Amino acid sequence: MLLRHTTDKIIDREALTVNPAKTCQPVGAMYAVLGIHGCLPHSHGSQGCCSYHRSALTRHYKEPVMAATSSFTEGSSVFGGQANLVQAIDTMFAVYNPDVVAVHSTCLSETIGDDLTQIIAKAKEEGHVPAGKYVFHANTPSYVGSHVTGYANMVTAMVKSFSMKSATKKNQVNIISGWVEPSDMREIKRIASEMMAKIVLFPDTSDVLDAPMTGKHEFYPKGGVTVPELISTGDSKFTIGLGPLCTLDACIKLENQCKVKFESLELPIGIQATDAFITALSRAAGVQVPDSLTEDRGRLIDVIADMQKYLYGKRVALFGDPDTLVPLTEFLIALDMKPVYIVTGTPDKTFDARMSSILSAKVPEAKFKAGERADIFLLHQWIKQQGVDLLIGNTYGKYVARDENIPFVRLGFPILDRVGHSYFPMVGYAGAMNLVTKILDVIMDKIDREVPEEKVELVM
Amino acid sequence: MNAILKDRNSQIVRAGADTKTIACNKPSLAGAVSQRACVFCGSRVVLYPIADALHLIHGPIGCAAYTWDIRGAMSSGPEIHRMSFSTDLHEKDVVFGGEKKLEAALLELIDKYQPKAAFVYSTCIVGVIGDDIESICKKVQALKQIPVIPVHAPGFQGTKKDGYRAACEALEVLVGTGNRPAQEFSINILGDFNLAGELWILIDYYKRMGIHINATITGDGRVEDVANAHKAQLNVVQCSGSMMYLAKQMKEKYGIPFMKVSYFGIEDMSDALYEVATFFKSDDMLTKAKEIVRFEFARLMPELVKYKQALQGKKAAIYVGGSFKAISLIKALRLIGVQTVVVGSQTGTADEYEIIKQLCDEGTIIVDDSNPAELSAFVKETKADIFIGGVKERPIAYKIGLGFCDHNHERKEALAGYEGMLNFAKEIYATAMSPVWKFTK
Repeated sequence: MLLRHTTDKIIDREALTVNPAKTCQPVGAMYAVLGIHGCLPHSHGSQGCCSYHRSALTRHYKEPVMAATSSFTEGSSVFGGQANLVQAIDTMFAVYNPDVVAVHSTCLSETIGDDLTQIIAKAKEEGHVPAGKYVFHANTPSYVGSHVTGYANMVTAMVKSFSMKSATKKNQVNIISGWVEPSDMREIKRIASEMMAKIVLFPDTSDVLDAPMTGKHEFYPKGGVTVPELISTGDSKFTIGLGPLCTLDACIKLENQCKVKFESLELPIGIQATDAFITALSRAAGVQVPDSLTEDRGRLIDVIADMQKYLYGKRVALFGDPDTLVPLTEFLIALDMKPVYIVTGTPDKTFDARMSSILSAKVPEAKFKAGERADIFLLHQWIKQQGVDLLIGNTYGKYVARDENIPFVRLGFPILDRVGHSYFPMVGYAGAMNLVTKILDVIMDKIDREVPEEKVELVM
Repeated sequence: MNAILKDRNSQIVRAGADTKTIACNKPSLAGAVSQRACVFCGSRVVLYPIADALHLIHGPIGCAAYTWDIRGAMSSGPEIHRMSFSTDLHEKDVVFGGEKKLEAALLELIDKYQPKAAFVYSTCIVGVIGDDIESICKKVQALKQIPVIPVHAPGFQGTKKDGYRAACEALEVLVGTGNRPAQEFSINILGDFNLAGELWILIDYYKRMGIHINATITGDGRVEDVANAHKAQLNVVQCSGSMMYLAKQMKEKYGIPFMKVSYFGIEDMSDALYEVATFFKSDDMLTKAKEIVRFEFARLMPELVKYKQALQGKKAAIYVGGSFKAISLIKALRLIGVQTVVVGSQTGTADEYEIIKQLCDEGTIIVDDSNPAELSAFVKETKADIFIGGVKERPIAYKIGLGFCDHNHERKEALAGYEGMLNFAKEIYATAMSPVWKFTK
């Protein structure tokens, strides 16, 4: 019992986070910019941060993750990191030859007050950035928000730094992706392509963090939104933001900067959220929903109908990022399950309202919490008070799942102990199908394992 | 892309050909994709296996999140060390200071988990905002009557190696506070972290020789044992990078001699047993050590020969945390017919790099603080078949079609001792011979 210290008695904790359901901003920024083609992420801070973020992403994707660091020393923390960043820019272009360098700050560089805008402008002025190359940045202080905030800030910085309005409108729709897996970004593109809608998806980590084995290490894999595509987003006719916490700011920025109207949606997880996305895209792009997608949907509903008796009334605890949890909760209700406990370490002012609107009628007993002290420890305490039939969350959920013998579906970041999340989506109808299958597998495996011998059923 | 930076030339030498001494212990070049970590990381990995202590990380959430149970340091009893505790500093704390939050967190945690001691790690930001961790620790220590020890680990204040030192300094506070009488022939095992239960293998050998284990620092560690570490007659130090400082301090303060050993490979493992027996000037112990070696060797060799035949002529590249470990790895690989063609480490020392230079075949590339581009280029040039490294090297090795063995945090099988050697051979064999490589060509 690894978590033997956890009891059902909830003590008010003033100052403490135990087993966090979040991590810090820079890793989100790093993940986001890996979705730009030919981009080298750069961490402006101590070496350790960069190393931890690369390790975290590498463990999650089982892929090489390249990023550089300003390698702060005692001196830089006293005199500022300007010299380090300028030297770093020289080194990166000389050695790694990226198209784009995306700088993010850390708690250290933020606290000592490095002005990234000014430093980068100066570096450009003094000719440290070769012609045709780009350096841009986002401020991602680790003591504000969470990894999700870092992702959001970096996506907004992409708009700020690249989106440009020219004289000619383009017949394309921007889709700004929230924090999902490469498999999900691939699925979003597949859906758009089935609909024959021309889109620019950013960030886009497919073909970057799910690169095939070729016997060669590509420092810059073939995927990612290109700089010309990013620039062209200012000429698009509409923007769809998927996941408000990650993309709403970017949508607003793009509208203010280039007058591109937008619609902010939940991530297309589950039936209703996918319906909403496809409807929005068909409207924005002026295209019809093809039979192929309607059939995808039909197959999904068919599976749910077939297996409803195994889903009905099952109590679910889930943790992760707000943008994932909201549509996922909605989907669980559509599956006739009961999402009873929900936590996210990410502070989100809209979380309570979004959750209430989904839960209050259907699962009035549900408990949910975002931000400080909304950690896995709290979730576990709730579970101790009254058990659940399913747990959904990142790898760290496995301690709880093991201690309490709860069927466990891995979803979120990070997943350090299984594969598949890079390859099988959770978005769209296909993604929902994948989720239902996973949920049923773990629930039914437990039944098979634990029912008395005389009750073992061959046909289920 | 030119793989080798001009500024990096001094940190790369070739065995046989180069007469120059390798430059090391240098800060990494800004902008390089370095494989190195920070001071905090160093202190955290060293102290983390102390299982009945509380490890509270004072800083924004990331530092705690990234070091939450990432190293399989096993405990035979309590497992508080596997939890992640953070003060989760926010913007207002950065402005107004995090001392209050730290104190409250410590009090809550100690009440709840009843640890035997608490380690409080300061991170980058704490180093800048200047929280007085020291006095908070003192205050809580007086209140709760357990040792509450600050670990000074702001990331920017050096490399991972400096973090080892910070950890040793924290341990020093604890050492000498106990009053447990020691038995005869007592040793402390320093610098083994009980990854995959390796420590238990070693303890078994020493016990079979009639040696008493006084404290294990820090693998399967306990506060009480560390507090009584000064009662041992000898410190046996592995992974010299992390624990040498503590051993030296203990020699100075308590007159406890130390010896440097390695438990990887037959040769070094056997030496580790012989040297301890020799230290105690006990013929009986030496005889027992010889018996162990003979017994284990006889059991191991027929198995190893099979692997050696299959692996003969294969080439390996090594990139690990410290250079001391690399030395053992070169020898262990040689034992199974594998030639080492690239050797590097994140934080090696000049002396050890010199030993490596002498030990390796001509042309072997030796590198300090390398990066993926360099490593890929070296591997290509030397036509290596297998890579031995850590988490960040694994996917690159696989992508370029090399076998891989994790000799770092993510090892899943014990690699120390005689059975560890067999596991190592198996792992190298399995990865080098994997049918998957047929499909990459």
